[in-house]
Order: sequence, then C-alpha cells, then structure tokens
Amino acid sequence: MDLASISPVLLLASLMVAATPILLAALGELVVERSGVLNLGVEGMMITGAICGFAAAVETGSPFAGFVAAALGGAVLSLLFAGLTQVALANQVASGLALTLFGLGLSALMGQGYVGVKPPPTPRLDIPVLGDIPILGPILFGHDVMVYVGLGLCAAIWAMLKYTRAGLVLRAVGENHDAAHALGYKVVRVRVMAILFGGACAGLGGAYISLIRVPQWTEGMTAGAGWIALALVVFASWKAGRVLLGAWLFGGVTVLQLNLQAAGVAIPVEYLSMSPYLITILVLVIMSADRSRAPGSLGRIFHATG
Amino acid sequence: MGAELLNISGLSKAYPGVIANDTVSFSIREGEVHALLGENGAGKSTLVKMIYGLVKPDSGTMALRGQPFAPSEPRAARASGVAMVFQHFSLFDALSVAENVALGMETPPRMRDLAHRIREVSESYGLPLDPYRIVGDLSAGERQRVEIIRCLLQDPRLLIMDEPTSVLTPQEVEILFATLRKLTSEGVAILYISHKLDEIRTLCDHATILRLGRNVGTCVPSETTAREMAEMMVGSAFEQPESAGRDPGQVTLDVTGLSLASPGAFGTSLRNIHFTVRKGEILGIGGVAGNGQDELLAALSGEIRSQADAITLDGRPIGRHGPAERRAMGLLTAPEERLGHAAAPDMTLTENALMTAAQREGLVRHGFLRWAAAEGFARRIIEAFDVRTPGPDNAARSLSGGNLQKFVIGREVLQRPDVLVVNQPTWGVDAAAAAAIRQALLDLAANGTAVLCISQDLDELMEISDRFGALNEGRLSEIRPARGLTVEEIGLMMGGAHGMEVAHV
Amino acid sequence: MLKLEQRPEPSRLWTYLTPPLAVAVTMIAGGALFALLGKNPVEAIATIFWEPLFGEFAFYYGPQLLVKGAPLILIAIGLSLGFRAGIWNIGAEGQYIVGAITGAGAGLAFYPADLWVVFPVMVVAGAAGGWAWAMIPALLKLRFGTNEILVSLMLVYVAEQLLAAMSLGLLKNPDGFGFPGSRNLQQYAPAHNAELVAGTGMHWGVVAALIAVIFAYVLLNRHVLGYHIRLTGQAPRAARFAGVRPKRLVLFCLGMSGALAGLAGMFEVSGPAGQISIDFNVGYGFTAIIVAFLGRLHPVGILLAGLLMALTYIGGEIAQSNLGLPAAAIQVFQGMLLFFLLAVDLFTNFRIRVIRPETA
Repeated sequence: MDLASISPVLLLASLMVAATPILLAALGELVVERSGVLNLGVEGMMITGAICGFAAAVETGSPFAGFVAAALGGAVLSLLFAGLTQVALANQVASGLALTLFGLGLSALMGQGYVGVKPPPTPRLDIPVLGDIPILGPILFGHDVMVYVGLGLCAAIWAMLKYTRAGLVLRAVGENHDAAHALGYKVVRVRVMAILFGGACAGLGGAYISLIRVPQWTEGMTAGAGWIALALVVFASWKAGRVLLGAWLFGGVTVLQLNLQAAGVAIPVEYLSMSPYLITILVLVIMSADRSRAPGSLGRIFHATG
Repeated sequence: MGAELLNISGLSKAYPGVIANDTVSFSIREGEVHALLGENGAGKSTLVKMIYGLVKPDSGTMALRGQPFAPSEPRAARASGVAMVFQHFSLFDALSVAENVALGMETPPRMRDLAHRIREVSESYGLPLDPYRIVGDLSAGERQRVEIIRCLLQDPRLLIMDEPTSVLTPQEVEILFATLRKLTSEGVAILYISHKLDEIRTLCDHATILRLGRNVGTCVPSETTAREMAEMMVGSAFEQPESAGRDPGQVTLDVTGLSLASPGAFGTSLRNIHFTVRKGEILGIGGVAGNGQDELLAALSGEIRSQADAITLDGRPIGRHGPAERRAMGLLTAPEERLGHAAAPDMTLTENALMTAAQREGLVRHGFLRWAAAEGFARRIIEAFDVRTPGPDNAARSLSGGNLQKFVIGREVLQRPDVLVVNQPTWGVDAAAAAAIRQALLDLAANGTAVLCISQDLDELMEISDRFGALNEGRLSEIRPARGLTVEEIGLMMGGAHGMEVAHV
Repeated sequence: MLKLEQRPEPSRLWTYLTPPLAVAVTMIAGGALFALLGKNPVEAIATIFWEPLFGEFAFYYGPQLLVKGAPLILIAIGLSLGFRAGIWNIGAEGQYIVGAITGAGAGLAFYPADLWVVFPVMVVAGAAGGWAWAMIPALLKLRFGTNEILVSLMLVYVAEQLLAAMSLGLLKNPDGFGFPGSRNLQQYAPAHNAELVAGTGMHWGVVAALIAVIFAYVLLNRHVLGYHIRLTGQAPRAARFAGVRPKRLVLFCLGMSGALAGLAGMFEVSGPAGQISIDFNVGYGFTAIIVAFLGRLHPVGILLAGLLMALTYIGGEIAQSNLGLPAAAIQVFQGMLLFFLLAVDLFTNFRIRVIRPETA
C-alpha cells in the first residue's frame, strides 16, 4: 500500500473530470423537476447519449459531432417520456423506469459494433498563462471544453431561474400547474421543453463518460451515474449552485476510491467500489429531512379540464 | 353609468352529458356592478371562463365596446382589458407577492419597479401589501388582495370576481366593497359572481340569474326581495330544515388546551383550543378558510395525534388514539374535501362505504371482508339519502359533488355516532341537497348525538347551531349562544378586519 | 382535432384489453426493429413466440418456461403489492442477489452434512436476506423520509459488488482451483432445488410462485390489509382518514417484496444456476417490473405476464442462435412492451373524441 503515491493536485484535477457527467445530467434533471416533472429515466438517457455520442464521434472523427449527437439522442429518447407523461398522461414513475429499461437495451443494441474501438481524443483546452499557475493551473485550467461547458451551464441555469421571465414561468408551472394554466400559461408545452432539455443534458453527461472519462464503449457503462444524478437533485434542494457542490462531492468520492484501489489499500476492491452508492444513500438520509423545497406539483399528472 | 361595455348574446357550451350554458345573453355597462347569480352547477363558472378566454363557446357571440370579442386565451382577454379574480387555483404559494403579480402581467417591469408599483397601487386602493412576502404565509384576505392588485395593475375595463367574499370576514367584506365602489367611480365595470343574496342587494346595480345553464331572468337587486331572487335561482320551493327544539344533555366531547404545530409548510397551527359539545346539541364553528378548520378536523378524527388528555370522549382521554379506535368509541368525522379525503375517487361506492364503516357495521370478520354486507350498507346509504347513482358498483368520482356529499355524510350518520364532526357539510352542494344534509344533522342531534359543524357558511351555522364560536389564526373565540348574535358580533369573533385598512375613497 | 376526455370511471373493458393490445403493438414495432437489423420480421416474431411452444424442440423449451417464469412471477407479485400502495421498490434485483447469497451461504454452512433441514433453512435464510435488504430503504424512509426508489436502486449496485466479493472471497469454492464462484449446490443433494418431476421444469420455486399468486389474490380481494393497500395507492389522504397506518404498510410492502425476491434468488441459486458467481444475476429483478405492470398489478395478470415474458427470454435465445438476432434486441423488445402498455393505458381512463373544427 502506498498512500504517498496519491497526489492531491492530480486528485483535485481528476475530481473536476469525474464530477462533470453527473453535473450535466443533474442540471438537466433539475430543470425538469423544477417544471414539476419527475423523470426517473436519467440513466437510460445517459447511456443512450453515451453510445450515440461514441458512435458519431467514431464515424465522423470529431468529438464535437459526438457531443451534438449525444445531446440529440438523449433528447429524442426523452421525447418518448414526454409523450407518455404529457400526452398519454401515464404515471411518471413507471414511465421513467420504462425509459431506463428501454435505453439500456437500445444502447446495447446500438453499441454492438463499437466494443473495443477507441474514440477520437477530445482536445484539452490549454489556457496560456492561467494553466501555468502552479497547483491551481492543473486543477482549474487544464481540462477539456466540456468541463467548462458544465460549469457554464450551471451558472446559466442559476441565473435563468433567478432572474429571467422564462425561469419564473418554469417555476410557476412546477409550483402549481392549475394556477399556471388558469393564467394562460401552456403547462404541457413548458414541460415538454424542460423534458427535452433534461434529455439533452443527460445525453451530454453520458457521452462525457464514453468519450472522455473512460474512453471506450462497454454495455451498461454509466453504472448508476444517472441515479446518482437524481439523488443529487434532492441533495441540492432543487438549487443549481448546490448541484455543483454535490457533483464535486461525488466526483471526489469516486476519484478517491479509485486512487485507493490503485494504491493497493488492504480493502477488497469490491467494497471500495460500493462507496459511491453508499455515500449517495448517506447523503440522501441527511438531506431528506427538509422536503419543503420540492416543487409543489412534482410528479403530479396535469390534465386541463374544460 | 356609461356606455355598453360588454355584450353577450346566445352563448352556449356543452360538455359530455351536461349543457353548461344554453343561449345565455346579457350586457354590462361601464361603471356598473353586474351580478351573476345562481346555484352551484348553474353554469356561472363556465360563462366567465368563456369571457376570460379559458373555454371556447360552442356558439354565440360576444362584443366588447361594439367590437367582436372572441379571446382565444386569457392573454388575449387581458390585452382587451378583461381581468379576473379567481376563487381558487391561481396563486403560487412558494413565490413572492411581486413574482405572483408579474406572472399575471404581459410585460412586467423590472422586479424593483414592479414592487414599487405594487406598494403604490395597493395603498391608493386601501389594500396595503408587502411585495416581497411569500404568498403561502399570507391570510386568505391578503391572498385575495394579491389577485386584485394583479388585476388592477393592468388598468382593466372589466373586472370579473368569482365568489370574492367567501374568504372574508364581514368587516373585510366592507373594505372590499369600498374598494369596488372606488373602482366603479373610475368607470371600471365589475362582473360579480355570487350566491349570497344580501351582498348582491347592497352592491350590485343589475343581476342576471342563471339556472341549469340558462338565463332565467334579470332584475335590479335593490328593488327585488331576497326571496324573489332565491325563487328565480332555485326554481322551486324546497323544504326548509326544521329544528325539533332540543334539550342538551351532558357533555360528551371535551377539548381542553388543544395545541398542535402545523403539519405542512403553509398550514395553520392550532393554539390552545377549548370547547365542549353536549349530547343533543349542535355546536357551530365559523371562520374564514385557512384559519385552522382542516387541522381541527384532523385532530378530532385522529389523523393527527395530540396530547392524550387534550381531547376526551365521555371522560376518556383519546388524544393519542387513531381514527379507527375513535370510530369504535363513537366519534365519527366527515372532512371537507370529498374526493381524495372523505372518499377514494376511483373506488366503488361499496368500497367507499367500507372505508369508515368496517368496524361499526361489522363489514369485516377476522380480517376478511364481507363484500355482501358492505354492498348492503352502501345500498342503505344510497336509499336513505337519495344519492343519485345507478348503483353501489359505480366509482365515487362518477357522482356529482352534491350526491357524493350526501353519500359521505350519510355513511357517517347511518352509523349512529355518539359524536359527529363535519367540516363544510354543504360546500358546493345545490340548495335542495344542502337542505337535506342540514336536516339530517338536525335529526341526529334531536336523537341525542353531539354534533360539531365546522363551516364557512355563516347562514348555515346560524340556521342549525345552538352555540357558535369562530376560528381565527388557529385560535377559537369564546363560544356563545347562536340565537341573537348580530353580524357585527360574528365578524368580530372571526377576527374583525384583521387590521386591514378601509379604502380611502 | 383530437381531444382527451376523462371517463366518469375507469373502463373495465379497456382494463382487460390494454395488455393484449400492447403486446400486439410491440410485435409490430418489434418486427420493424428486426427488419431494420436485416432479419425477416415475421420469421423473427414467429421464432420468439411460436417456436418455444409448438416448435420441434418444444419438449425442451416448455419446462424452461416454468424455470424462467417462476422468479419473474415471484418477484413481480411482491412488487405489485408495493406499486399498488404507491411504494416503489425498484431494487428487487439487489434483494434477489442478497437472498441468493444468504440462501446459498446457509446451505454451504452445512456442507457436507446430509440433513433434511438444510433446504428448509436455506428457504428461510433466502427470504430473510431479501427481507433484510429491503428493510434498509423501508427504515430509512420511515425514519428520515428518504426516497425508497433511489435507495433501493443504489442498493442493487451495492449488492452486485457484494456478490462479486462473495464469489471471490467468503463463498469461493475451496476445491475450485482458484476460479471465482461457490461450490455447485446441484452437487450437494440436501441443498439442491431439484426438479420435482423430472423433465417438467417444476421445482420448488415454481410451487412458491403459484402459492404467491393465490396468496396475493386472496389478500387483495378478500382481506382488509389488501383493501388498505389499494386505498393507500389510490387516495393516500383517504387512507389515513380511514385509519390506515402508512408506516406499517411501508414495512409490509417493502418487506414482502424483498422476501419474495430473496426467495426467488435462493431457488435460482440452488437450482437452475447452481452456484454463486459474479454474473449470477441476469436482470430478473428489473424485468419483473415490466411483468408487474403488464399484469396490471393483478395476481392472475402477473402469472400470465410472467409466462409471456419468460417466453420472450426463451424465444429470444432461439432467435439468437437460429437467426443471429442480438441479445440486446430482445431487451429492447421487452422495454418497448412496457412503453406501449403505458401508452395504451390511456384508453382505460380517457376516451378520445374527434372534434370538428368550429364552423362559425
């Protein structure tokens, strides 16, 4: 065992990378839940995004095209969920589960020709000057573009919810869909758009795993990241800023346990691998005491009468 | 009074199985207060929803200032100067006053400017409001102000008000009327929906009366007696409930120092409540909505537990007992919300009969259900209370509000309770059914049951209660004999004007 | 223009009609998918649904139907109780794994003693293992208000790691030449869940599944507890008013579904699978969710849906070897089934009306 081999700077730098997929997916789900919809299909949309992005990147040779395809793939899958819950008025819990089961199968089918293939590398953003700052440079300024896209998205969603009219309408629809309808807002339209956005974000998060973090394609490779993203939204009390904190926490736990595995700690690998899931449960326990911040209409079916 | 503002001619709207509006016509002038009068289910709500663009008429036309008017959505109606204050469902609890107002406007100014405007307008109409407060923390009267301010900021020409006084104390009603009079003096027309005849007689210039979706007459309320209007509204005379002169016995339900923290984020806490109910009497408890009525019922039904000796039944402490145990001891309850609380919407009437009567009517043996007995009990309720339904196999949600309410009350009454607690027993029920329900409560009391009736309908309470008290912010007023109480006194028991100012006209 | 209109009460006709309709629509969509993959759609569908029952090797595949159907039905019955009450245990896969570990562990603890009590002890241990694993989300929900969906799901991943740890550690076969995996219980007679009648596929798990179906039917239709479960799912506030204790119901529903999933795992490991290994679980716990919904959460419906789903597993394997249809295509097929079921369920509560554009 060699704990000294774990470098804190590298640890923090890889934390930013490990946090990005769940950050992206959780931000998307945050917007969906703020509109009053509970989409439990994040895992299915992530894995679909992972294979769509992977396949597109391999076929075109462009990681950028991969991420675009991933967002599209996630959004298209989420459209199924939108159709079920917003048009056919199906139960949201069951529909979300269906989305995950379907997405896992679909991705396995689509990914058959891609096992063992290497995707084109995503370039790192080498920011001159800033990247050369000792310690802070490698931690903050030596990453790929998607890390900054995640951070930017977080800030954008925070500002959108707090300051813009669109954010106010989104919150109003999630808070009380009957009242929003009575004032003439298009509840279903707002929600479908939120669901599509959530799907695109989950797709991006999935592609980040298959194109950058791993990078290769294996069946079921998201391994519960979508579910952790869902837990993160509860942890964050439906606030964008706290989603970022939560993502870093989970990123940190993941990276730390991987480093401990590599350092050869005398705990069997399997028990270390459990830790992100156990930490998720622990965090849920701590944060669930206060449910008062949940959007008022979360998970309820809306049907305009008259 | 000015020129004609809105003309409605031959509006019709049908829903499957029911004609909500059948060729309704009338017109409103500028600066006029026009009453739309009718029973529950007469089609008032559908009519105003068409004017506000929420529902499209099947046929008929509307004209605003002589121009054809057919709003496709509320936004279009608002742009034409039509604003609406809703009875329910239009505020967002978790958002601030300013955010709620902004949501009702087409192009709201920046938040800071909007907050300033809200202060300005609300004070000039005598309805002061803090724009940064969270709406969920406001009283019912203050919440209504938010809606009114939201309308006023758009300089409406026509203001629609749907049952606005149902959430106000008599003193608060005075303030509201002063505000409305100020508005009409500025030329705003008001379409005022209500079934309270006295109010309409004091406030309104003209009235249109709807019955079963049709316009059955118009009148000038100040020149028409309440009785004449009531006959037009109801169509036929029905039996008025009759009290058989009661002789209260000993105290059976005794509530002493009942305090409970609010279970929800925006609920009301009960504070140190004291009262007793005697055998054979009806205690009426009034108050504006949201002052602890639901919480009091939950504390009595056993859905919320309290300190053991805060509630005693025939001297036995029951504060920690659950609903089933209390039922077994003879304390039965009927909550306000029919669908989802007093009854399960998608279950059959037989299954719903089982809900509270399993023990007392012996519908369960050794944990196994006796379906035949349950169905028999459901049939008895349907028969005894004249519930209109094809049979006990029908789902609760297929019944009309009034019929389901008769079923729910009947289910408890037929179990021969020692104490019966009801909340809003006739809410949303047509006049004939309401009379039947009140009669059933009176009969029950005449046979020695102690009845506690929580209601927001003061006329109802004055009609059936022996003694009266009022809930105000979770506190219960002193209990006084109902006979001889004046409206003024009742209003003060309900909390008076809650410190609201009168409009400076 | 089409408009949705709520029915005054749920249509009984459509309640029975939606599952077959969903199956039919899935066959069409699945056929299209298989055609996209370059297979003859009619042949593929026939291979999946016809071959196992009436084909040349039906004598072999028939019993397989019971072997694959039993765990699905057993788990789905447990899940349906919770789903009816609005309690969402979606971690049955984890409870299935833990039940297999505790069941096999209890059996192996007796090795090589030849005692009749071994199997009964394993049954109890399997049920207890699944029950205990399900009690984690139950107790956390009651004590802290945590969401049982997320906790039970997280515990699947934990259980999978536990399974790997057990195959490599505590339960590893000492005589296994270092290969991962436990001793094979099929070779330890007192612990072997053998076929009751040779060649029928009938083992104790099938018997347990049938008992569970009957038990659930009586519970839901005749017993006050089943009535309370249904009431809680349809109108939680009305249930509290009626006197239902929601906390007890959470304990019962999660405990029951955990115990049944654990039993399913135990019967599987001691019979068809034979040993604890890293890839012991094949997703029955998740497929059972589809079975529960396809069976409309009704015990008899679940029995039929479980057999149908078992058929797609077996037919899928045949299609895989005969036509080269990828295994994942069957997974997609099963996922589609749930999708279409949820979609056509619309007709149960709503009718669709054609509205002609207004003619002014």
